[in-house]
Amino acid sequence: MELVQMQKSLQDYTKSLFLDGVLDSQFLQLQQLQDESNPDFVSQVVTLFFQDSDRILNDLSLSLDQQVVDFKKVDPHVHQLKGSSSSIGAQRVKNACVVFRSFCEQQNVEGCHRCLQQVKKEYYLVKNRLETLFKLEQQIVASGGMIPAMELGF
Amino acid sequence: MNWALNNPNPEEKEPTTTTQSSDFYHLGAKDSSQKPRKIDFWRSGLMGFAKMQHSVAVKMNNGNNNEQVGNKKGSTFIQEHRALLPKGLILWTIIVGFISRGIYQWMDDTSKVRREEVLVSMCDQRARMLQDQFSVSVNHVHALAILVSTFHYHKNPSAIDQVVNAEREMFESQHNWVIKTMDTGEPSPVRDEYAPVIFSQDSVSYLESLDMMSGEEDRENILRARETGKAVLTSPFRLLASHHLGVVLTFPVYKASLPKNPTVQERIAATAGYLGGAFDVESLVENLLGQLAGNQAIVVHVYDITNASDPLVMYGNQDEEGDTSLYHESKLDFGDPFRKHKMICRYLQKAPIPLNVLTTVPLFFAIGFLVGYILYGAAVHIVKVEDDFHEMQELKVRAEAADVAKSQFLATVSHEIRTPMNGILGMLAMLLDTELSSTQRDYAQTAQVCGKALIALINEVLDRAKIEAGKLELESVPFDIRSILDDVLSLFSEESRNKGIELAVFVSDKFTEKGHIFVKVHLAEQSKDGAESKPALNGGVASEDITAASKPSSYNTLSGYEAADGRNSWDSFKHLLSSEELLTSSEFEASSNVRLMVSIEDTGIGIPLTAQGRVFMPFMQADSSTSRTYGGTGIGLSISKCLVELMRGQISFVSRPRVGSTFWFTAVFERCDKCSLKKPTVENLPSSFRGMRAIVVDAKPVRAAVTRYHMKRLGISVDVMTSLRTAVSTASGRNGSPLPSGTTKLDMILVEKDSWISTEDIDAEIRQMNSRTNGNVHHKTPKLALFATNITNSEFDRAKSAGFADTVIMKPLRASMIGACLQQVLELRKARQQHPEGSSPATLKSLLTGKKILVVDDNMVNRRVAAGALKKFGAEVVCAESGQVALGLLQIPHSFDACFMDIQMPQMDGFEATRQIRMMEKEAKEKTKLEWHLPILAMTADVIHATYEECLKSGMDGYVSKPFEEENLYKSVAKSFKANPISDSSCSQS
Repeated sequence: MELVQMQKSLQDYTKSLFLDGVLDSQFLQLQQLQDESNPDFVSQVVTLFFQDSDRILNDLSLSLDQQVVDFKKVDPHVHQLKGSSSSIGAQRVKNACVVFRSFCEQQNVEGCHRCLQQVKKEYYLVKNRLETLFKLEQQIVASGGMIPAMELGF
Repeated sequence: MNWALNNPNPEEKEPTTTTQSSDFYHLGAKDSSQKPRKIDFWRSGLMGFAKMQHSVAVKMNNGNNNEQVGNKKGSTFIQEHRALLPKGLILWTIIVGFISRGIYQWMDDTSKVRREEVLVSMCDQRARMLQDQFSVSVNHVHALAILVSTFHYHKNPSAIDQVVNAEREMFESQHNWVIKTMDTGEPSPVRDEYAPVIFSQDSVSYLESLDMMSGEEDRENILRARETGKAVLTSPFRLLASHHLGVVLTFPVYKASLPKNPTVQERIAATAGYLGGAFDVESLVENLLGQLAGNQAIVVHVYDITNASDPLVMYGNQDEEGDTSLYHESKLDFGDPFRKHKMICRYLQKAPIPLNVLTTVPLFFAIGFLVGYILYGAAVHIVKVEDDFHEMQELKVRAEAADVAKSQFLATVSHEIRTPMNGILGMLAMLLDTELSSTQRDYAQTAQVCGKALIALINEVLDRAKIEAGKLELESVPFDIRSILDDVLSLFSEESRNKGIELAVFVSDKFTEKGHIFVKVHLAEQSKDGAESKPALNGGVASEDITAASKPSSYNTLSGYEAADGRNSWDSFKHLLSSEELLTSSEFEASSNVRLMVSIEDTGIGIPLTAQGRVFMPFMQADSSTSRTYGGTGIGLSISKCLVELMRGQISFVSRPRVGSTFWFTAVFERCDKCSLKKPTVENLPSSFRGMRAIVVDAKPVRAAVTRYHMKRLGISVDVMTSLRTAVSTASGRNGSPLPSGTTKLDMILVEKDSWISTEDIDAEIRQMNSRTNGNVHHKTPKLALFATNITNSEFDRAKSAGFADTVIMKPLRASMIGACLQQVLELRKARQQHPEGSSPATLKSLLTGKKILVVDDNMVNRRVAAGALKKFGAEVVCAESGQVALGLLQIPHSFDACFMDIQMPQMDGFEATRQIRMMEKEAKEKTKLEWHLPILAMTADVIHATYEECLKSGMDGYVSKPFEEENLYKSVAKSFKANPISDSSCSQS
C-alpha cells in the first residue's frame, strides 16, 4: 500500500514539475528513451547536465567578475547552457538563458549579472527538484515497484 | 470642285485625327514636297502610335518593377518633339500656302492657254478673211486691167501709156493738162519718164494729171510691176486726200507684141501703161472686223514686214496697245510675193482672274490650314493627355510604393518592438518568481499580461504585413487533418474548459476514401452558462455569449442551442454524411487536389448585421465597444482571409445576432501520394482498443456523432443510446443473458454528464449492475466512464460512488486523450508501454537499426541525449566533441552511415566541418573513383529557413531540430537515407 502511495506522490510531484514550468515535454521524451537496455538513461543525462552546468556557471561567474567583460567568451557559455538545458527540458533555465543572451548581445554587464543570478536560481531549482524526483524513484524501485509513466494529455 | 479629287495630299482624306496628328507632325517637320515620302511619314506616324500603345501595355503588365523604364519608354514620338509642334504648324501653313499658289498658277495657266487658243482662232479667222477680201479686190483689179488693155488695143494713141520725156509735149497738149508732181501739184520737172494718171474714178479725180512716177512709192511700184508683169503692192503710206493708210496695187499693161518668155528689157519696152488700184487698208479692215463677233474684245494690227527690221503699220492704232502680255501673229498673203504682211491680234483688256480660281484657292488654303490646325490641336491634346497619364502613373507607382513601404515599415517596426519586448517579458517573468508583495505581484502580472497582449498584436500585424508584402510563402507539407484538428483543439481546450463551453471537432469518415471532407468544429455553449465572454476561435473576432434565457433547448445542435447557419443543423449534417457516400470514388481519384471545407459554428451574440460587411477588413471590429470589451486587434480575420486566398479557397460566414455565427472556409490541398508520414489512417494512436465495443449515452445526436467519430478513430465500435437507463438495462440484460460471451462483448459504457445528471435514481441501478457482474470471471463488467466539459468536486464524488471510473474524460474530446483516459480506465497501461506496431518508433527503428552514426556536438549533455535517442532506435552511435575530432574519424574509408552535426561549435562550426568532409569525399572520388556521400544532418535549435538554406549550401543533407522529436527526426532521416537504399532485415518486420 505504501508503494501505491509512493507511486501516487511521485506522479503528483512530477506533475507539479511540469505545471510549475520547471520541466517541459522534452523531459518526457527523455524518459521515453529510457528502457530495459538503458535503465539509467535519464539520471545519467541529468547528472551529465549537472556537471556540465556547474562548470559553465562557474566559468560564467568568473568571466562576468572580470574588470572588462569579454562578451565573446560569455556568449558561447550561455549558448552551451541553453543547449543542454533545452535538451533535458529544463524550461525555465532555458528561458533565462534566452534573456541572458539578449543582454550579452547588448553588452549589458549589469543585465548579465542579474541574469546570471536568475539562471543560477533556476538551475538550483531544477537541480533540487530533479534530485528529489530521482530520490523518490529510487525509493520506489528499492521497494520493488514500477515507476509509473508520465501522464499524457494535459 | 475638281481640286479635291486632284488633291495631292493623301492625308487630308484620312479621317482619324489621332493618327493624323503624328502624321501631321512628320509632314511638318520634314520637307514635304514629294508625295511618296509623305506617305512613308504617314505610315511611320502610325507605327509610332502603335508603338506607344505597346509600351503602355508593357508597363501595365510589369507593374512596379520597371516603372522607370516604362516612363522612359512611354514618351512617344510626339512627346519627345513637342517643342517642334508650333514650328510644324507654321511650316504646314507655309506648305499649304505654296500648294495653293501652285494651284493658282496651274489654274491661271490653263485659263491663259484657253484664252490664247481663242485668240489664235480669232486672229487666224480675221487674217484669213482679210486675205480673202484682199484677193477678191486684186482680182477685180486684174479684171479691170484686162479690160483696160483690151480697150487700149483699139485706141491710138493708147489711152494708157507710159510717157517718155520726148513725148511729154505732145502728151500734154493732147490731154490739155500739164503733168504735175504728186507732192506739190506743180508742173513736173523734166524727167526721163512720166506716168501721169489719165483717168480715174470720180471719187479720186484729183489724181488726174499727177505723175505717178514722181511719188517714191509709186515709182518703185511701177518699175517693179512692169518688170515682173504682175500685180505689185506698195508699202503702206498715207493716201492722198483721205490720209488713210493704204497700199496701191499696180498692174502693168503691155502692148500686144509681147514675146513669149520675155526678158525684163523686153517687158519694159512692151509696157503700154499701168493700172493702179489704191486700197484703203484701214477702212477695209475696219469693215471686215465690223462683220465679226467679239470685235470689241480684240485689238488687231496689220503690219507690212517686207523690211523685217522696220515693220510698217498698215492698220491699227499704235497707241492702242491692249493686253501686251498675250498676242498672236497671223501671216497674211496679199498676193505679192515680194511683200510680206502679218496680222497681230491682242486682247483689248487684260485677262480677268476667273471666279473659280478666286474661290478655290482661298478655300483650299483655308481648309488646309484648318486641317493643320486640327492636327496641331490633336497633337497638343495628345501630349497633354500623355503627360497627365504619365503623371497619374507616377502617382500610382508612388502610391503603391507607399503601400509597400507601409507594410515594410510595419514589419520592421513590429520586429524591432518584438526584440526588446522579449527582454521585458523575460524580466517580468523573472520578477514574478522573486519574493513579491501581493500588490507588487499584481502590478507585475498586469504588466506581463499587457506585454503578452502587445506581442500578440504585433505578431498579428507582422503576419498581415508579411502577407501583404507578398513575403509569405506556402510550403506543401504532408499532414494529417485529424491530428492537426486535435492540436488546434488542445490549444483552446484550457479556455473552453474554464468557460464551460463545449468544443468539438468532427472530421468526416469519408475523407480518406472519397476525398470530400466535412470538418466541423463545433463550439457551442453549455446550458448552464450565463453571460460570459469568450474570444472566438481561430480568428480574433470577438464575439460574446449573452444567451437569451428564453431560448428553446430543442435545437438539434451540439449544445442544444440554436446555431446561426442551417448548414449545421442536424438534418443537413446527416444529409452531408449521406451525400458523401454517393460520391463515386473514380470522380475523386481523377483529381490530385482535395478541396476541404471547414466550418466553425458557435453560439453567442453573433455579429451585428451592420458590421457584417466589414468583418474581413483589417483593423475593423464590429464596433469600437467590442474591442474595448473583448480586446483583439480586428486583424485576425483579414489574415485568415489572406491565408485562405493563398490556399485558393474562400472564406465566408453566416451570422445571426443573438444566435451565433458560423464561419466556413474552403481550401485546396494537394494529395500526398508518397506520404513520408505514417499512413494517415493509422494515426499515432494506441491500437489496443481495436475491436472493442462501447455504448455512448448522449441525448444529443450531434454530440454523440462527434464522440463516435473519436472512438472510431481508436478502433472502438460504438452504439449510441439516448437514455442511460436503457443503456444500463441493455448492459445488465446482456450480461445476464445466455448468449455466448465474446460475440456481444461490451467493454465500456461512456456517459455524457448531462445525461447522467438528468437521469434520476440511476446511480443505484448502476451500482447494482456493477455488483451483479462483479466476480463473474467470464463476463467482464463494462466499465463506466463520464464525459464532461467541467465537473465539480461533489459531482465527481457522486460519480465515483455510483460506480463510474476514477477518470473523467474531459472535453474537448481528442482521440489521443480519450485513448489515454480509457487506458487508465481499462488498466491497459502495460499494453501501451510496449510500443504498438505501426507507430513511428518502429518505422524509425527500421531506418536506423544497425546503422553506424556519428554524433558531433560540443555540448556533453546534448551529445548524450542525441546518442541515447539514436541508440534507442537501434543505431550504433559514435560521439565526437568537436569538428576536428569528427574529421579525424571520418577519414576515408570509414564505416559511418550518417552524421549528426551540431552547427554552433567553438573553433570549427558544423558548416565548416561539413565543407571539409565534402572536400575529403571529393578528393577520394578523384583518387579511387568511388563515390562517397555521407548523409550529414545538422542539429540546430533555431529552425529558421535561412539556416536551412545555409545548411544545404555547405553540403548538408538536411537538419533536425534540437531537442530531438521523433517525427522530425524520422522525416529528416527518411529523406536523407532515401539515396542509400537500406538492406535491412528489420524493414520487412514492420
